[in-house]
Amino acid sequence: MSEPVLVGNQLLELREQFENPEQQRETASIGMWVFLITEVMMFGGLFTAFTVYRLSNPAAFNEGSKEMTIVLGAINTALLILSSFTMALAVYSSSIGKTKLLAIFLIITMIIGLCFLGIKFTEYYLHYQDHKVPGFWFEYHGPSARQVQMFFVFYFILTGLHVIHMTIGIGILLVMLYRTLLGSFSATYHTAVDLAGIYWSFVDIIWIFLYAIFYIPGLHLK
Amino acid sequence: MQLQDQVHIGGSADMTIETIAEPVRKNYLNDKQGILSWLLTTDHKRIGLLYTFSITVLFFIGGFFALMMRLELLSPRNWLVSTETYNKLFTMHGIIMVWFFLIPSIPNTIGNFVIPLMIGAKDLAFPKLNLASWYVFMLGAGVTIYALFRGGVDTGWTFYTPFSTGYSTTYVIAAAMGIFISGFSTIMTSVNFIATIHRMRAPGLTWFRLPIFIWSMYANSVVLVLNTPVLAITLVMVAVERVFQVGIFDPALGGDPVLFQHMFWFYSHPAVYTMVLPGMAVISEIVPVFSRKPIFGYTAVAFSSVGIAVIGFLVWGHHMFVAGESVYSAMAFSLLSYFVAVPSAIKVFNWTATMYKGSVSWDTPMLYAIGFIGLFTIGGMTGLFLAALGLDVHVHDTYFVIAHFHYIMVGGTVMAFLGAFHYWWPKISGKLYPEGLGKLGAMIVFLGFNLTFFPQFVLGYLGMPRRYAAYPEEFQMLHIISTAGATILGVGYILPLCYLIWSWKYGKPAGPNPWRATGLEWQTSSPPPTHNFKKTPVVNVRAYDYEAMKEQLGLREREFENV
Amino acid sequence: MSTSLQFWPDSASSVAGEINLFYITMIVLCATIAIGIAIFLIYCAIRYHRKRENEMGDQTRNYIPAEVTWIVTPFLLFMGMFMWGAKMYMDIERPPDDAIPMYAIGKQWMWKIQHPEGQREINELHIPVGRPIKITLTSEDVIHSFFVPAFRTKQDVLPGRYTMIWFEATKPGKYHLFCSQYCGNKHSGMIGYVYAMQPADYQAWLTQGAPEGSLSSQGEKYFHQYGCANCHHFDNQGRCPDLRNLYMRPVQISTGDYVTADDSYIRESILDPNAKIVYGFQPNIMPNFSGLIPEDQVVALISYIKALGPAPGNQMPSSNGAVPKSFGTQPGIAGPNATSGSGSHRGQR
Repeated sequence: MSEPVLVGNQLLELREQFENPEQQRETASIGMWVFLITEVMMFGGLFTAFTVYRLSNPAAFNEGSKEMTIVLGAINTALLILSSFTMALAVYSSSIGKTKLLAIFLIITMIIGLCFLGIKFTEYYLHYQDHKVPGFWFEYHGPSARQVQMFFVFYFILTGLHVIHMTIGIGILLVMLYRTLLGSFSATYHTAVDLAGIYWSFVDIIWIFLYAIFYIPGLHLK
Repeated sequence: MQLQDQVHIGGSADMTIETIAEPVRKNYLNDKQGILSWLLTTDHKRIGLLYTFSITVLFFIGGFFALMMRLELLSPRNWLVSTETYNKLFTMHGIIMVWFFLIPSIPNTIGNFVIPLMIGAKDLAFPKLNLASWYVFMLGAGVTIYALFRGGVDTGWTFYTPFSTGYSTTYVIAAAMGIFISGFSTIMTSVNFIATIHRMRAPGLTWFRLPIFIWSMYANSVVLVLNTPVLAITLVMVAVERVFQVGIFDPALGGDPVLFQHMFWFYSHPAVYTMVLPGMAVISEIVPVFSRKPIFGYTAVAFSSVGIAVIGFLVWGHHMFVAGESVYSAMAFSLLSYFVAVPSAIKVFNWTATMYKGSVSWDTPMLYAIGFIGLFTIGGMTGLFLAALGLDVHVHDTYFVIAHFHYIMVGGTVMAFLGAFHYWWPKISGKLYPEGLGKLGAMIVFLGFNLTFFPQFVLGYLGMPRRYAAYPEEFQMLHIISTAGATILGVGYILPLCYLIWSWKYGKPAGPNPWRATGLEWQTSSPPPTHNFKKTPVVNVRAYDYEAMKEQLGLREREFENV
Repeated sequence: MSTSLQFWPDSASSVAGEINLFYITMIVLCATIAIGIAIFLIYCAIRYHRKRENEMGDQTRNYIPAEVTWIVTPFLLFMGMFMWGAKMYMDIERPPDDAIPMYAIGKQWMWKIQHPEGQREINELHIPVGRPIKITLTSEDVIHSFFVPAFRTKQDVLPGRYTMIWFEATKPGKYHLFCSQYCGNKHSGMIGYVYAMQPADYQAWLTQGAPEGSLSSQGEKYFHQYGCANCHHFDNQGRCPDLRNLYMRPVQISTGDYVTADDSYIRESILDPNAKIVYGFQPNIMPNFSGLIPEDQVVALISYIKALGPAPGNQMPSSNGAVPKSFGTQPGIAGPNATSGSGSHRGQR
């Protein structure tokens, strides 16, 4: 399938459809960015729907936001920002060819990601105990229960979709770690790590938006 | 890489076209043998054929539903199927034709096959992703067919809420998930095409030397990348509301059904353009080749595709003129809908002008192309009727709309699909199809099509609503004519299927360039070798440059008797 | 089997004539252009038909004046179509002030029609010719669409909100009423007839009987039946707003904004009272009637509220344009000139 090509003093895997490693790298990068555009559109559709309903029921959506555990959300936000940083360090390590450091930073990033998921599921469990899971067990006493429920519907769809993305991200990092240990990456070839880094940062940025729309608005009501 | 090893397209006279002179025995079809070599292939040409196979099967399934509907409508009363079955028939017809035929039809078959050839690449940018996209497509189709066998869906292909989320008792979720899955396949292919067109072009092949086909496919892929995720998430919301009975779109649960329509048409209106842009792409190839002329107004035609792609995202509200939209937003959407008609008009005029003073042949692909221009013109012009607010109020949701979009989708895209297969068949199979039967098929399709759908314009203005299993008696005669046309149309579709399969084995060898076309895909052997070109071509001429390539193609100036 | 071929629908409303004219104009214009293109295509195909296998065509790539012509000309034509179409749309969407108000409720799979005089019809609508009719539409379940081809008008009927359609029949006759938005199994059975009658015949039809009294009197019955009257006193003393003189007046709500007390607002305030609380009143006093009052009774209640005249002793709006004293006599319901947030406490106080 792919033939080794000598670049500098290193053999590279150049896939058959490409003329040179430069082309291969740039093509992969374009593919990744175009893919991220589709992700933006997907989350964008949900954000739009959320915004439409928020605009027609601002008070109820703030009431819903009041039910969030702001501390857990804040910790998670901090964790993800930190993980973006460690991911950036991983990408940097790979670009200067330090594969050991790369492996270490990949592991740290994954651990932070797992912590995030742990806290997120704790939150889900708390919502379940509070009877705030629409479709399974939802109780809210107040005049705008239906609108508060809608807030939670969007909360679960959006954060659930984000959790799926996080899980995929951790899976990608695992593959990267495996390939690092196999010795696939070097200063000359590290495209895959770059792309994983872009994806990871994208998922982090989505969370910042989620934090802003779900946790912050109810803050002043507490 | 040394320059003298490369095949030059156009330019110097001393170049050698080895690939034309010397027949290549190894090609992508016989390179590897066995069913696994097909199922695990990453060759874009073989994947194109895998798609062709799946899409043809799905087209005939969708066509069967259409035929059943037409038969049912012979009588004003239910005589063949129950209203329940009829509702499922038009829903499944719509779902299969839209998502499993029209959207993937030309891009995933012909596009897959010819895009790398046209730009002088060895393959698409991501061959494994390409294969994965076919498997995902098959999975999506499988889930949809499962919904069909479990008893079908009766929501209409538009899944309007709250009917789809709260009232329908059929397999809505299975069908929606089938569409959701096939969306991933669409995105994979589109990402692949965009990356390929950006980065895999042969040396010297600048953007403005590209064939128009590539421009249109590029615009098409961009639209699909932007709108498909919105459909995906909308269907997820429908599924969530349906499964958990929590309010998103159902007003009884606090939701807004019109928001669904906005989100759905934000996807589906651009999707309509993704169904016809590939058709326009094909016609923009066929017309110059069979007129032996450069396409007239290259820049205008290329940018009109981009214009359609961009403005196409701003007109979704014209599906909702009578849905309770405010008067002013209706006006804005109507105005923008007229804007989007301008690029389509530009294309029609430029295709027509391309034929002027050409050397026009009457080969089958050209007949399909001329048919396309005529039918697309009617389809486009009736779109102007629908974009006019005051008139839309009357013809909205009637057979007028059905006739309009079938003129675009069937008269346009399906004609282009058939034209494309005839045009590139020598390249795909290495064989010539029987020309006489080809012409006959094109005529039958054209006549059958008009007979089927023209009466529906009349029905629409008379007020016959869409999706009626039974109808008042005064509409019957027009329905009978339409059904008669549909049977003729059915024959017109089966005929090419038969003779193309026949010619695969028994057709005359085509040679590398039977049409004396200028495109890069014709500079390699037929069928092409696995990696398309023996040597990477270098391009130094514009697309359709017959003047520069006339010696290479053995052409000479036309003598006009009295022009 | 019906063997007759029909090509043209009945035209029986005040807007039908202009829509027909527009349609015919469009057909003539588009057909001229389309036939022109077709003739040119066929001319090129024959005149420039390839004579020798190895010949190529003229190599002209562009001619800017032609290109500009066929960009600008269609654009101008399109703008003309847009403007004509938009103008007609305004006529179709805006009912005249003197239109007779009626209500229609779509339900899987029938149309329920309520006349202000109290008559109820199913899948039939009797109207007088020469009078504009305004129908407020809603649905009890899924989306339907109210379509009368002979009147050239249609409007989607949505659950949970009101939409409006109006028309003025010009020719007596029996016309199709269709549901044109797919609504489930018996969608094609959700059809009926509109009977346009001479005014005298219509009056005669009306007198045939409305067993339950007028729509507003039916509403009054429900007003007591559901306990509305217990709180909504007509003396500004209740815990709930006085409903006299409410219809189509601006109401200030708790957010400080003004909304017009139209059918949609009143419907929402009955079914989901906390959605918009009148300024100065407490939320959570009125129970939520969502799902408890069927749409046809809501319609009757609105009709009753609409009919609630000024309080006894107060005048109707006087002819010299002065604001009658009854306006603004309670928090939240402001007079017609109300503009700012303080408007709720004007008037007698």
